[in-house]
Amino acid sequence: MDLETLLSFKWSIMTPEFIILGVITLLSLLDLFMAKSVNRKLLGWLGLAGILGALVALLTLMGNSPEAILYDTFRLDSFAIAFKLLLLIGSALVFLIAISYEPKEGLTEYRGEFYYLFLAALLGAMMMSSSGDLITLFIGLELLSISSYILAGIRKKHSGSNESAMKYVVNGGISTSITIFGMSYVYGLTGTTNLLDMARHVITLADSQHIYLLGLAFFMIFVGLSFKVATAPFHMWAPDVYQGAPTPVTAFLSVVSKTAGFILIVRILMVIFYNIPTEGPGSMPLLIKVQDYIAFLAAATMIIGNVVALRQKNIKRLFAYSSIAQAGYLLVVVASMSAFLFDTLWFYLGAYLFMNLGAFAIIQLITQKTGSEDIAEFAGLYRKAPILAIAMAVFILSLAGIPGTAGFIGKLNIFMGALVVEPAHYVLVSIMIATTVVSYFYYFGVMVQMFFRPAANDEVKFKLPAGLGVVIGVCVFATILFGVAPNVALDFLQGNFNQFSDFFQ
Amino acid sequence: MNFAYLSILVFSPLLGIIALLFVPKAKESVIKTVGFLATLPALVLSLMAFFQYRSGSSLDQLDEMVNWIQFGDPNRLGELFSIKYELGVDGFSLIMLVLTAILSTLAAIASMYIKKEWKGYFMLFLLLEVGMLGVFAAENLILFFIFFEITLIPTFFLIGKWGYFEKEKAAFSFLIYNGLGSAVLLIVIMVLFARTGTSNIEALTYILTSDTDHLVMSAGGKMGLLIAMLIAFGVKLPIFPLHSWMVRVHVQASPSVVMLHAGILLKIGAYGIIRFGMGIFPEQFQELAVLIAVLGVVNLLYGAFLALVQTDFKMVLAYSSISHMGIVLIGLGALNEAGIQGAIFQVVSHGLIAALLFFLVGVFYERLQTSNIPNLGGLAKGMPITAGFLLAGAMASLGMPGMSGFVSEFMAFLGLFKEMPVLAAVGALGIILTAVYLLRAVLGITYGKAHREFAGITDLRGAEWVPAIVLIGIIVLIGVYPNVLTEPLTSALETIMLGIGG
Repeated sequence: MDLETLLSFKWSIMTPEFIILGVITLLSLLDLFMAKSVNRKLLGWLGLAGILGALVALLTLMGNSPEAILYDTFRLDSFAIAFKLLLLIGSALVFLIAISYEPKEGLTEYRGEFYYLFLAALLGAMMMSSSGDLITLFIGLELLSISSYILAGIRKKHSGSNESAMKYVVNGGISTSITIFGMSYVYGLTGTTNLLDMARHVITLADSQHIYLLGLAFFMIFVGLSFKVATAPFHMWAPDVYQGAPTPVTAFLSVVSKTAGFILIVRILMVIFYNIPTEGPGSMPLLIKVQDYIAFLAAATMIIGNVVALRQKNIKRLFAYSSIAQAGYLLVVVASMSAFLFDTLWFYLGAYLFMNLGAFAIIQLITQKTGSEDIAEFAGLYRKAPILAIAMAVFILSLAGIPGTAGFIGKLNIFMGALVVEPAHYVLVSIMIATTVVSYFYYFGVMVQMFFRPAANDEVKFKLPAGLGVVIGVCVFATILFGVAPNVALDFLQGNFNQFSDFFQ
Repeated sequence: MNFAYLSILVFSPLLGIIALLFVPKAKESVIKTVGFLATLPALVLSLMAFFQYRSGSSLDQLDEMVNWIQFGDPNRLGELFSIKYELGVDGFSLIMLVLTAILSTLAAIASMYIKKEWKGYFMLFLLLEVGMLGVFAAENLILFFIFFEITLIPTFFLIGKWGYFEKEKAAFSFLIYNGLGSAVLLIVIMVLFARTGTSNIEALTYILTSDTDHLVMSAGGKMGLLIAMLIAFGVKLPIFPLHSWMVRVHVQASPSVVMLHAGILLKIGAYGIIRFGMGIFPEQFQELAVLIAVLGVVNLLYGAFLALVQTDFKMVLAYSSISHMGIVLIGLGALNEAGIQGAIFQVVSHGLIAALLFFLVGVFYERLQTSNIPNLGGLAKGMPITAGFLLAGAMASLGMPGMSGFVSEFMAFLGLFKEMPVLAAVGALGIILTAVYLLRAVLGITYGKAHREFAGITDLRGAEWVPAIVLIGIIVLIGVYPNVLTEPLTSALETIMLGIGG
């Protein structure tokens, strides 16, 4: 590739990625040359500024027609922009939580790395959402995963953190290899790694043996990817990792990393497998044929997540199971494959982002203050800090899907999508609603602690760090705004992304 | 009438919540006054609407509609899959609005017995009122559901925090039963919405009742939805065997909360069955009529038998509520004008009577710390006026002519005797049992040997007079002049009767 070709690419569509990359470089250099005595929190604020800069750059790119550079490996379509928006907002909030993170044994030595590893993971997620090629897709995935492995274990002297990182690496390795094995089948049958080329190729397939192999490939890819979003059968890592990892990392894994996982699933599934005919050209797509399988996994995930959460005493473990259950709800969207798929997925991921990050901000505050992760530490919170308790109640009500919050509108969207298709997914919707009721038990268990139980000791005064205060404020505002006036988000979605019609172009 | 009348009516208690935010939490009397005052705007507005309607102005001018949520691409789908913010009332829902507003104000007065954390209590109380008012003013199912769920959360806290000994257990059993009920209801609503693209009640009624060829939905599908809906509202009503949560709540929650719970929240179940079950699926409802009447008789007798053996007066009242809700079902099962009218009358009448009786429970519980019948014996000696009101309330409840209970029971049974005389005859036994258990309980409390010293115990005083007088007044008014209710109901009843082809 000569310089001329290099310059002929329209690099401007990668501006957000370049900004993040630049900030990573800057931060690592600063960390290297700065005196030991300088507080590394400065780097955190710099990183946050970088994310906000990337966000602004992304907003200016909105509304253009889809473009692809680097031989179609990097594409910027409405889908990529819409979901990168979620990734960036989520990361910005996670950063604010991370800046206020003060573990007991201190984090001075690694605080710099702590920040730029977040950014590296974010960069991986952003590449994934923009990739038009299996290779870039996989590299983005690995960049995200490896950064996350290190982040999970960043508290080197904390055994829980070490255990968490170890389990995460081992499980992640297994699932990644399954995914890539599945991808190799698709590559072998089509001879290309470009997603759209693959789609064009598979659409003409008629040999039933090949279709069979592709079906196998689908199962492997899907099962492998279920690791990233923490759904059955690869959900087992989540409770241990969430519990052991530093709270900001847990928040990152449960929100940003999960969003990236769904981006990946939708890209691969909808582009490749939606175009594979099962019985000669023009017949029913493979993806529709295996719909029931996805639905089954969604149901299993919802049931496992919500039922096992009932027995949890550790708040981070509880939220791990809660986030498994939430991923199950999101899988319902994928399984129902209605015309509203993108809208619904985007809205629910957005709502989930705010309610979950808000909850994690409060969890970090409480666990840090009391030094314990037991749910009982929430006892009497309403007496000690009524505003905090009410904010937590808003997040929990939203997670439980109570009207007036964004979570309810998100669930409404999901139900509608699942029921509007023919044949309607009555069973799946019933399971989803029933497990939602089950979730009331543990969500309201936390509420009971906060509002009904007396505090063990009254003298603990809460000093709210500015970063956490902003996160909680923004999340409460967004959770209620999107619950009361969801059209703010839905109109934005309708007005700026052309119904995602350029997804297949 | 003026702009956003109903919205202001429904959301007016929010003003009180905002005002309470600025009151220091230790100022007990200020908080209680603000809480009480905040219920007044809704009361005044609903009464104004009621009297205007009685003097002949149309209710259509109260309708409100604002675009709210649009799913999918508006250019492609048009009006489909949009949820509007629609409020409106007909005669039936207007009566329910008035009932809600009255009982909320009276329950706010009865909240003077609340002993702790008044600020939180009144904020939740007012939020509950918003939910209840909204339920009756909502013109589309999704909005209805949202208000329906808004009642759930404050009630959970009101029971769980300000109740008696086993309050948390009661709160959780309330939450889970009603959560399941709402879940089933949500499925029904979403299926209707996804299949027809609208959630407006009027539009849905039109689409589904004119769908004789089953293009929108098969007959089996409609039947399934109706049964699901009956289960959902059956939890709320409650229909036997879905009632155990309700007994717990009646016994464990504080009397002011139970006034609203028994007076309004249970009635949402009846309202839902009449408005949506009967309104949207009239054909299928007719097929189920016998079943509903049978369930009604079962409720009536089961509640009455169990009420007969209770020693706690609150338990008596709880089972009596179950028994009286049976009469609603009996009226609906009859499926003729008298029956349905009786059912609606019973909804209103029992709301008032239950509120009165539970208020009185609050009055003597406050003074004597017990609601156990043997311990209360001889109340007439110490608190003659309270005992007098108690007797009057019991008379109304057992259906003494001249009081509202009589009108509703009479009409419901009149309806059923016309359609299913045998069943009605069995049910009539329940009426006798009602008289037995109520007289047994009330006489046990009022007369008999005094088991305790009543020295230093004061009778009704001050603000306590208000709820007692107002409730008895309305009960007698409906009893001697039922037209107060029949007239506003006429057009609403006609619509229902038209639907079921009567």
